[in-house]
Amino acid sequence: MELYQLSLHELQDILKKQDSSSEEIVLSILKRIKLVEDNVKAFVTLDEELAIEKARKCDQEKDYTGISGIPYALKDLICTRGMRTTCSSHMMENFVPTYDATVAAKLKEAKGILLGKLNMDEFAMGSSTENSAFYPTRNPWDLERVPGGSSGGSAAAVAADEAPFALGTDTGGSIRQPASYCGIVGLKPTYGRVSRSGVVAFASSLDQVGVLSKNVRDCAIILNIIAGHDPLDSTSVNVDFPDYTESLSTDIKGLKIAYPQEYFQQGVDEEIKEVVKKALLKYEEMGAVVEEVSLPHSEYALAAYFLVSTAEASANLARFDGVRYGIRDLEAENVVEMFSNTRAAGFGDEVKRRIMLGTYALSSGYYDAYYLKALKVRRLISNDFEKIFKDFDIIVSPTTPTTAFKLGEQNDNPLTLYMNDILTVPINLAGLPGMSVPCGFAAGLPVGMQIIARPFDEAAIIRAAYAYEQYTDHHTVKPLLGVKENG
Amino acid sequence: MAKGYETVIGLEVHVELKTESKIFCSCSTVFGAEPNTQVCPICSGFPGMLPVLNARVVELAIKAGLALNCEIADYCKFDRKNYFYPDLPKAYQISQYDLPICKRGCLEIDADGQKKTIGITRAHIEEDAGKLVHQGDITSSPFSLVDLNRSGVPLLEIVSEPDMRTAQEARTYVEKLRSILLFAGVSDCRMQEGSLRCDANVSVRPVGQKELGTRAEIKNLNSFRSLEKAIEYEAKRQIFDIEDGVEIVQETRTWDEEKQTTRSMRSKEEAHDYRYFPDPDLPPLKIGKDWIETLRGSLPELPDQAQERLIRDFNLPLYDAVIITSSPEYLAFFDDCVKLYSDAKVVSNWMMGELNKVLNQNNMEISDCKIRPNALARMLELIDEGTISGKMAKTVFEEMFASGKEADLIIKEKGLVQISDEETLKKLINDIVVQNPKVVEDYKNGKKKAAGFFVGQVMKATKGQANPALLNSLLEERLQKEL
Repeated sequence: MELYQLSLHELQDILKKQDSSSEEIVLSILKRIKLVEDNVKAFVTLDEELAIEKARKCDQEKDYTGISGIPYALKDLICTRGMRTTCSSHMMENFVPTYDATVAAKLKEAKGILLGKLNMDEFAMGSSTENSAFYPTRNPWDLERVPGGSSGGSAAAVAADEAPFALGTDTGGSIRQPASYCGIVGLKPTYGRVSRSGVVAFASSLDQVGVLSKNVRDCAIILNIIAGHDPLDSTSVNVDFPDYTESLSTDIKGLKIAYPQEYFQQGVDEEIKEVVKKALLKYEEMGAVVEEVSLPHSEYALAAYFLVSTAEASANLARFDGVRYGIRDLEAENVVEMFSNTRAAGFGDEVKRRIMLGTYALSSGYYDAYYLKALKVRRLISNDFEKIFKDFDIIVSPTTPTTAFKLGEQNDNPLTLYMNDILTVPINLAGLPGMSVPCGFAAGLPVGMQIIARPFDEAAIIRAAYAYEQYTDHHTVKPLLGVKENG
Repeated sequence: MAKGYETVIGLEVHVELKTESKIFCSCSTVFGAEPNTQVCPICSGFPGMLPVLNARVVELAIKAGLALNCEIADYCKFDRKNYFYPDLPKAYQISQYDLPICKRGCLEIDADGQKKTIGITRAHIEEDAGKLVHQGDITSSPFSLVDLNRSGVPLLEIVSEPDMRTAQEARTYVEKLRSILLFAGVSDCRMQEGSLRCDANVSVRPVGQKELGTRAEIKNLNSFRSLEKAIEYEAKRQIFDIEDGVEIVQETRTWDEEKQTTRSMRSKEEAHDYRYFPDPDLPPLKIGKDWIETLRGSLPELPDQAQERLIRDFNLPLYDAVIITSSPEYLAFFDDCVKLYSDAKVVSNWMMGELNKVLNQNNMEISDCKIRPNALARMLELIDEGTISGKMAKTVFEEMFASGKEADLIIKEKGLVQISDEETLKKLINDIVVQNPKVVEDYKNGKKKAAGFFVGQVMKATKGQANPALLNSLLEERLQKEL
């Protein structure tokens, strides 16, 4: 095994035993990136020198506690002091923050080594990373296919062994869907569990930072670092959280699992249904109780999601006006023209489409029919989940209706692309934690299983996911990427 | 006011809440700093930065609401008001839309000697925007500079009912509002620094008509004077238009200080659609009854209570009481002074007269005044003791104001002591009477005014230092002898 192939906790062990140095790990990963990045295109910014310098410092100090000396990368909307943060948008191509997002600061404080910033759909709007203003990222399992999105760069980088773990954000499935497409673990924590401070906002009431990793244990280790109340984010909740690695148990006897019938209809591929149903059988084998339930308002979730998220986005993205940072149209005759031209040139089509949709939904005369109604639907969806969680510990479903699709395949009609999120958006609307775990393959492509729990009960998800992972071996299968190992 | 019409006025007043730091970040709110020295990534709207509410803002807003007899909401929220402008960094202002922190209050004004209640519809918290700086006029300046020091300074917007009927009432309302907020300690209310700003909604209607006329909102009212002038002008404009058969349109107008007119800024059709919606970055605000009651208990004496006390304890006229309670510092001056000098009406007269005159002339607040209450009290004593006359006291007072010296010292330095020695005065009177037989003759022939000539001559001879009362009686005595 090469160092770059190892997962986070395996690297921790190696460093602790001093079998390899942090510099060796970083060099191995940088070599791997060099080898595959032309094909995968997961990174927007890569700072090799900084990474090597930090690794050497770790090796000098021989401080290998926590994630000290272990490399990682961040989705490019998580602000990093001194390192450009683009949101994969022309608008922010030259933006270098003077501050770290709280999550970036926490990983820095834990002495992890930041490799660089990862590609995404522009401003996190999309499900394929094709909306990046720079270039699309490709799925390591099949380079003709998308890695999912919007955290497509994060998922692809981890799946292609370009980083042991990465952070992404999830507004309607943007961690879970690419994790599913790329065959890795992706966790969206409960809304409020992780600070959003310094994370460029798409839809503030839905956005949540989470982890993309090679296995469940790694996910628990990183969640331990990034979770918690942040005085800089009023929506981060001051609720105690446990040591998530203590939930890494294979004993799930008596665990009550619900699977919603609605999540096994709605145009979900037959093969995917089969794979996930098989996973449910495994759970029964392990001693869990599995029952079918109903979440009756599921069919309205996607519409509600697109109204709420675009409404919030229309305000969140208004600050990109050319006045203080990012690009500016210098030819404009007056200020209104400067605003319009800057935004016309800086934003891509999907971002403009969503800003217009959100602006419309909030407009006088339409507010009640669209935005307000969407809020009511949101409440009903939340109630659906609450009801189920009175009797069950977790809910299990497919993460996505299909496996990874081909680049360009869904570009003609944005609405079909939006359907990719149909099984993940209800979880954001209800503010619940959700994880995608690899649970098998369909036609050679990874299939993800979504595990949902009560608010702030990430521990239940980790326990169920870990037990499943240990009981099966899907997570050990790796993409070949068409490159030969060792030359 | 043209006959047959009534003016209806409602006011929207913005006051800066007196906090050390801004509403959503820890930047300073001190006025007058170099541009963009009190900014951070939060108040300049940098990507990913989030607002965190300053608890002190809520506390001051509640205190203001209580002082204005408002209901305090147990649940309120913050909303985004969306519009593009270079001084608005996020391109939305965080404000409160449908659930303000305070509603349904009132205050009482003195309208032509009658008490009148003005309703307060609501008061809500919001953040201020920055400001644009231009070279000369905005239309000809080659650039716009943005200063964000003010961006994120906490404001309370207080909206009145359309209860005022004259420009004078509107002015009195703002004066009363100002004094209440000053007493409650929630704002400095300095119009010239922009910590109190005012917009007026003005409409007219035929007397007796119930429905309100179409209103215009007047902006850019930077002083009490421009508030009054703008309302008077606007009401006349609307009446002339109606008389000429021109329909009044709902619009926003601006007061042109130079031309002393209002002119249209934008019509209702051109008005912004602000697309208010709840700010997802800020959880709703729940305000406990206990907190409200604690704050109610912490409110100091307010102008109405103070006025009552002044009338009851010192027998002051309402007019005096209103002026003395225009600010807490002013009232404190009075209270300190009357502890040392018991004739409250005399203190009040001096404060409303000489003190106000010099403060206004020098554009100063009483807190900046070098004359302290004990010094004024001592000066008033010196008048009573006959050391100086009332007229001399005005000179002494001006010197006290300029130099901050005590009255006794000024009198000594300037040799201003009043001549109350009978023998000295008698001699002077006698000399002048003897030297002016013709005037004595006039006096004998019944020209009583001639006595004034002798007073003037004695004052001239004593450089005004003769005790006027004593002089009058001695002169009378001396002239009697001539009869």
